[in-house]
Amino acid sequence: MSHINASMKKTILFIAAIVLGHSLSAQDDLLGMLSDEREETIDYVEATFKGQRMINGHTVVTRKAKELEFIISHRFGRINTGINELFGLDGANIRFSFEYGISDFLTVGVGRSSFEKIYDGFAKYQILRQSSGKKVMPVSITGFSSMAIRTLDNPAFQNEEFSDRVAYTHQLLIARKMNETVSLQFMPTYVHRNRVMGNQENDLLAFGVAGRVKVGKRVAINSEYYYRLTSELTDLYKDSIGIGVEIETGGHVFHLTFTNSRSMVEKGFITETDGDFFNGDIHFGFNLSRVF
Amino acid sequence: MKPLKLLNLSMAMLLATSGMAQDRFLTRNGEVKFYSHAPLEDIEAFNDKVLSVIDLNKGEVAVDILIKAFQFEKALMQEHFNENYMESAKYPKSTFKGKFEVPDGLKSMSNGTYPVTVSGDITIHGVTKPLTTRVELVVINGTINTEFSFKVKVKDHDIKIPSVVVRNIAEEVEVTANFKYEPYQR
Repeated sequence: MSHINASMKKTILFIAAIVLGHSLSAQDDLLGMLSDEREETIDYVEATFKGQRMINGHTVVTRKAKELEFIISHRFGRINTGINELFGLDGANIRFSFEYGISDFLTVGVGRSSFEKIYDGFAKYQILRQSSGKKVMPVSITGFSSMAIRTLDNPAFQNEEFSDRVAYTHQLLIARKMNETVSLQFMPTYVHRNRVMGNQENDLLAFGVAGRVKVGKRVAINSEYYYRLTSELTDLYKDSIGIGVEIETGGHVFHLTFTNSRSMVEKGFITETDGDFFNGDIHFGFNLSRVF
Repeated sequence: MKPLKLLNLSMAMLLATSGMAQDRFLTRNGEVKFYSHAPLEDIEAFNDKVLSVIDLNKGEVAVDILIKAFQFEKALMQEHFNENYMESAKYPKSTFKGKFEVPDGLKSMSNGTYPVTVSGDITIHGVTKPLTTRVELVVINGTINTEFSFKVKVKDHDIKIPSVVVRNIAEEVEVTANFKYEPYQR
């Protein structure tokens, strides 16, 4: 008998708890009630970076389906060439590219650089997207592969097959928007050049670090650094360093950049940068991007 | 016997509270659309996850709109809308809370159309302004339906439009809503 009483008491307590809970959550304040009714959603981060480019290299950003981006970039000569070369402005390397979103996750692009007369093509695929709420994902990850074809003859080579002119770059771009101001990115990178000169290696591994800091509503400071994990045979080549200002005006993204790299193609700036940034071998340049 | 009495009392309370809740009508899939007409561009966005509740007992209404849930034709517009204009990370919601006189027919939920004047406060981008609008509430077989529109001045809510895009974004945005409320059940 006493056993039954005990279980009954439990039942009553349980019901009482429900009733109490029920009347407590039946909010008087209608807005509070709606907040309680709101189901948790997956909140994907917006605008980890503003464009597909950091300085020279790619960001995790891909174009959305059917978006077309046109980018035109210049890198002038070295600033320390002095007044005779108008601080590098006399010599310019130009790259332009068309980059298109096949789906929200897959973007492909083709470009042409005047430096070494390179045609390049790339594909990047968004693997993970940083999110909070119902699904928590701490980082965004994009896979990136590019191919560069040099059409300018290399005088160091006697005769060149087509395959000698080709180089490949594969990257994993891992980014996190830390807060509304700061976004960081890491770029493990592998570059393969089919044919190289005597002081170069065919394969090279690098680890890139990049960051964006917003300094105004539409202005940010971008920077990137590619640390080469495997070294070349000579110390002619340097790590690529870039810093720039990013200005965004609805649909346009404009970069003013300072970098020790002449090339704007991955195999070029990651493996063939020969400027010493801290010795003034700095190329001023800009990227202008327009999304249609 | 005493425990049983308590049980009965609990049941009665449970019934009482759920009975009270029938004065409330809720929608989870309210539709809100806005339209900006400017010389260079027409911009439209759509949100079908708007929450709203009507309390017929008190003559109160509330609306809860998640800014991030607005869908645009172009993904870049959506990004700019959230990041530059609405600052949805800082102000994730727009809300409205208002009052209206409840006509007798509406109180008893008889089928028919009931014009009411709702006045209250609308909060957009963290800035609260008074809003009064006339809406028609249509009762159809135990549901309350309404469709209405009103205009919001972007400047009133401290949303800044830079001069370079001043020809792309209207100063006054037309907001259209379509809600179908059903009896609120927990």
